[in-house]
Amino acid sequence: MPEAVIDLRAVGVRLGDTPILRNLHLRVAAGEAIGLIGANGSGKTTLLRLLATLLAPTDGEGAVLGVSLRSPERFAVRPRIGLIGHTPGLYPQLTLEENLAFIARIAGISAAAVHEVLDGVGLGLARHRRAAACSHGMQRRGEFARVMLTRPDLLLLDEAHAGLDPQAAELVAHLVNGARRRGGAAVVVSHEPGRISPLVDRFVELQAGAIAEPGTGRP
Amino acid sequence: MTGLWRQAWEVARKDLRTELRTGEVLMITVPFGAAALMLIPLAIGVDAPLLERVGPGMYWSVVLLFGVLVTVRQSAADGPAQMDLLTLLGLDPAARFAGRAGASTLLLLVFEAVLAPIALALYGNDPRGWWWVLAVLPLVALGLGLLGTLAGAIAASVASTTLVPLIVVPLSVPMLLAAAQVTEGIRVGATIFGWLLLLVVMDLLLAVAGVLSARPLQEATR
Repeated sequence: MPEAVIDLRAVGVRLGDTPILRNLHLRVAAGEAIGLIGANGSGKTTLLRLLATLLAPTDGEGAVLGVSLRSPERFAVRPRIGLIGHTPGLYPQLTLEENLAFIARIAGISAAAVHEVLDGVGLGLARHRRAAACSHGMQRRGEFARVMLTRPDLLLLDEAHAGLDPQAAELVAHLVNGARRRGGAAVVVSHEPGRISPLVDRFVELQAGAIAEPGTGRP
Repeated sequence: MTGLWRQAWEVARKDLRTELRTGEVLMITVPFGAAALMLIPLAIGVDAPLLERVGPGMYWSVVLLFGVLVTVRQSAADGPAQMDLLTLLGLDPAARFAGRAGASTLLLLVFEAVLAPIALALYGNDPRGWWWVLAVLPLVALGLGLLGTLAGAIAASVASTTLVPLIVVPLSVPMLLAAAQVTEGIRVGATIFGWLLLLVVMDLLLAVAGVLSARPLQEATR
C-alpha cells in the first residue's frame, strides 16, 4: 500500500463545547486526489485547516506527510503544504510580482521562478499591477502562481474553481496533477462535484462534521 | 545574514513598502500629531517659561498617544489569509515579530523626528535639553515598536484588536515618564542615568517577551 499523505483516525475538532468535526477516519495515499463535498457549515473548511496544521485535533490522532498533527514537528512540515482558501492571501498594496518575490525570498526560492510562474498563469503582463487592483479571477491566478512557486506535496484547495473562466480552471487541474506527480496528494473542496470529478480519484462527503458512509449519504 | 534575520528583514521591507503606498503614518498620523502639539500653545498663550517647562512632557505625550496609532496600523496589516500564508511558508514567528517591530520602530522614529523640530519651535527657546532628547528617540521608538507589535500579536490571538491600546497605553507610561525625566534632568542638571537604564531595560524585556511568545501567540491565533 502506498504511504499515506493524510492519515486521520477518529479525529475530532471542538470549538468550546461545539463539535465541528467528529470521528473522522480518512486515509489519502501518495499520488491520490480526493474531492471533498458537503453542504455549507458541514466542516469542509475546518477539515482543510486541520490538514494544513493550522488547527490541532481535540480528539483522535492524525498525521499529514508522516508527521503527527499534535507534534511540534508539524511546524517543519508546513512549507510542504499549499492552501488556497476563500480569501486571497496576497498583500493588496503590493504588486503581483512583489507578492510572489516576497514569498520566494521567505521560502528561499530563486527570483527567476517568480517570472516563470507569473507567465505560467497568464499574469506576465499584469505583474506590476497591485493585487488590490486585480479582479477576483486575476487574484485567484495569483494564488495559483503562489502554489506553483512553492510546489507543495499536500495541496488543499477550498472552492478554487469558484468564479473562474475555463482557462483558469485548467490551472487547477495543473496544480492537482503536479502534486500527484510529485508523490503528494490533493484535497479539492467544491460545491460542484461534476466540475472536479475529472481531477479526483474519489469523493468524500461531510455531513454535520462527520464523513458520510459511501452509498448511504449518512454519517 | 542568518535565516531568522533574513526573514525579519523581508517582513520589515514588506511592511515599509506597504506604508509607502498607503501613507498611513506619514500622511495621516504625523499631521494629527503636529496639530495636537499646537493645541497647548494656543490654549496657554505666549507664556514662554511655562511653554518651555511643559514642552518635553507634551512632546512625549503626543509621541505616546499617536505612536499607538502607528502600532495599531501595523498590527492590522495582516488579515487571516495573510497569517495563514506566512505560517505555511514556514516563516519563523520570531522573525515575523522582529520584522514587524523593526518596521514599526523605524516609522516611529520618523514620526518622532518630524515632530521634534515642531515641538522645539513651539515650546523650546532653550535647545540644550532638546539635544539630549535626540539620544532618547531611538530607545522610545524601539520600546513602543516592540510593545505595539507584542500587543498586536496578543490581540490577534484573542481576536480583539481593541485590546491593543489597552495594553500599549499603560505599559508605555514608564517609557513616557523616563523620556520626559531624561529631558527635564538634562535641562536642570540632574542625573539621568537611572531613567536611561529604565528605557534600556524595558526595551530588552519587551524584545525577549516578544521573541519568546511569538510561537505560542501565532499558534493561538486560529
